Amino acid sequence: MDALELARWQFGITTVYHFFFVPITIGLVFLVAMFQTAWHRTGKEKYLRLTKFFGKLFLINFAMGIATGIVQEFQFGMNWSDYSRFVGDVFGAPLAIEGLLAFFLESTFLGLWIFGWDRLKPALHLACIWLAAIGTVLSAYFILAANSFMQNPVGFTMNEEAGRAELTDFWAVLTNPVVLITFPHTIFACFMVGGAFVAGIAMWQMMRPANNDGSQEGRRERESFRTALRLGGVVLLVSGLGTMVTGDIQGKVMTEVQPMKMAAAEALYEDEAPASFSVLTIGTLDGSEPVLEITVPRLLSYLGTGTWDGEVRGINSLQAEYEELYGPGDYSPNIPVTYWTFRMMITAGGLAMLGGAWMLWATRRGRSPQRDTRSGRWLLRTAVVLPFLPLAANSFGWLFTELGRQPWVVFGLMPTSAGVSPSVGPGTVLTSLVGFTALYGVLAVIEVKLLLTYIRKGLPDVDPHEDVDDPDKPLAYAY
Amino acid sequence: MELTTVWFVLIAALWIGYLVLEGFDFGVGMLTAVLARDEKERRVLLNTIGPVWDGNEVWLLVAGGATFAAFPEWYATLFSGFYLPLLLVLLALIVRIVGLEYRSKRPEALWKRRCDLAIVFGSVVPALLWGVALANIVAGVPIDADKEFVGSVLDLLGPYALLGGLVTLTVFLTHGAIFVGLKTVGDIRDRARDLALRSGAVAAVLAVVFIVWTAGRDGSTLAWVAGGAAAASLLAALAAAGARREGWAFTGTAVSIAAVAVMLFGSLFPDVMPSSLDPAWNLTTENAASTPYTLTIMTWVAAVFTPVVIGYQAWSYWVFRRRIGTHHIPDDELVEAGTTGRRA
Repeated sequence: MDALELARWQFGITTVYHFFFVPITIGLVFLVAMFQTAWHRTGKEKYLRLTKFFGKLFLINFAMGIATGIVQEFQFGMNWSDYSRFVGDVFGAPLAIEGLLAFFLESTFLGLWIFGWDRLKPALHLACIWLAAIGTVLSAYFILAANSFMQNPVGFTMNEEAGRAELTDFWAVLTNPVVLITFPHTIFACFMVGGAFVAGIAMWQMMRPANNDGSQEGRRERESFRTALRLGGVVLLVSGLGTMVTGDIQGKVMTEVQPMKMAAAEALYEDEAPASFSVLTIGTLDGSEPVLEITVPRLLSYLGTGTWDGEVRGINSLQAEYEELYGPGDYSPNIPVTYWTFRMMITAGGLAMLGGAWMLWATRRGRSPQRDTRSGRWLLRTAVVLPFLPLAANSFGWLFTELGRQPWVVFGLMPTSAGVSPSVGPGTVLTSLVGFTALYGVLAVIEVKLLLTYIRKGLPDVDPHEDVDDPDKPLAYAY
Repeated sequence: MELTTVWFVLIAALWIGYLVLEGFDFGVGMLTAVLARDEKERRVLLNTIGPVWDGNEVWLLVAGGATFAAFPEWYATLFSGFYLPLLLVLLALIVRIVGLEYRSKRPEALWKRRCDLAIVFGSVVPALLWGVALANIVAGVPIDADKEFVGSVLDLLGPYALLGGLVTLTVFLTHGAIFVGLKTVGDIRDRARDLALRSGAVAAVLAVVFIVWTAGRDGSTLAWVAGGAAAASLLAALAAAGARREGWAFTGTAVSIAAVAVMLFGSLFPDVMPSSLDPAWNLTTENAASTPYTLTIMTWVAAVFTPVVIGYQAWSYWVFRRRIGTHHIPDDELVEAGTTGRRA
């Protein structure tokens, strides 16, 4: 493999890995903030216990998010120096602003929140987690604005002499139609992860034998986790709907600005009007006759254009058009990868919503499902799988949108092959690829084990009166 | 002032913020290996930086992001050219974060030893390599006409660069020990002071050689003044530490680190990355910069938000201003059994 290939693998591995922690962080910080707000408002102890229980899981996850996040910022310069030179004038600004506005806010106020239980007045302490939560969303906006420039470059001019894209309208970059729809789509998808995480863990806790021994303690735990399950389930369903609606609009924007990506998502080779949506295909996706294909007539026209008979462009005519525009070359992404990641995203997200709906149904009006029934056993299995479904949907979505942009790193402006660092040899990239992959593998094992340990521990006992300021008392939280 | 100059100064300021702040938390990380006598003391050390180290590290991310935005050519040449050292820094920072955050999450002694190793490794390596990197930037590295780094990793290990690394390593260790003296009570506070004096003496010798080397090569008044101020404030810091004036001592090491950075960036200007092959190939604030439009926007954003950030970060230091000692550390057994629930 050459340096380009290795650098692409490294970017893919480190970014997909980083993005396991990001949606959990964004989704969970809001749910923890909601629990703490409920504690602040009602004074009910269960909300404080839920805050501390899910807060602990949140922090275990957050540590991995920041540890893997630094790599992201350095990697552009290390592996993609020509890309950095080409887009720095446009792309660097949102990255720098993300750091200044979002990272400082997150890190400082999370530090205050973690260690400040006894140092800050309750309302101020609550404000800290909300400020950190706002930080996560700001961070998402700026990094998505930067990514959207790669999908649909706006607000720039080409300086041929300097060989780079130069910013002419920063507002246009921040209001790129792609970021305006990708931002809510991504945030809703993150909330799905947070909701599924809370709901899945809460359902497992409700069903575990330790909480079903007939003791008063067990009943108390079940009742507390039932509250968490209801909130998590509602967040999952509502944000699932949000993800669907924004995804639909996003499809129309994509058809307009990146028609090749939409064609690749459907493995649609010839222009079609009206176009049918391919549910699944058995056989190759190379444009020859498939063995079996299930389609829904006219649906793709609607998804792509908003009308039931609109034309959706196919790969072949787009390829011809791009050859005329950009010269000879292959301008289509890897079709099987885009086709299947697109479907897996939708499937995983849809299953997550079904699972969430079932859990809400099973716990409706004070019901508490029993583990010894057949449906109870299936509920338990669903609970274990549930957090992974929207997480997988997030990954598939990103794989689709990034691989669907290929062969471009900046659509229409710079091919990916032109962005790689010319001064960095394959051996060097291989060293770092192996280093990161090995370290990330070890860390994944450590992190999952820790999460499972703290999930099993259940709700901590709390004494709210201990969170008062006293110089001689032990720290409320200590490393 | 030219916008490119403004951004050169701002990036220098971000580096100063990073080196002064994370400098002491790197120092504290190293001290866990030499200063702490038992588990409780080790935890006292870690908790002095617990609430703040992450905010300190963000200065690095913003310095990197600002370099990308304001001087894309500098960012591209530097990060691709210093590839292996930066890879080491990244791996070190990752294991350090994980060590710090996960150490208390498991009760086993072996686990804690491994995390301690990660924290020490993760503190020593960047403390050393940032000095090496900064010295290399100032001294110049092989850069060709296409603004590409064309040297090997051996070109980054010259005597001047290695000396720079030893300076940051020993100065950060001293800075951290003085910080511990400022933030703790009890026996560990006295031992931290003793250690600060000893490591400070080594740091002062190395720093003076480095300063004379840098200022002598540069020859400018600014380099001599900043270098002189750095040496003087480091010596004043040690004197203050000896007199148990810990606040003044910490101010002294902080000013010293800032002054060294001013000397380095001052002797760099108007270059951002000189070429050791041909001065015509130097990366400068002009030929590495973004457009005036981008710089103008960035200037407004920085002017509005930097004071806000400094304000709330300073407030967080104020919130956690109290000294801590071993009696503030909760008993591990109780906590690990999950019975107190007094941890967030």
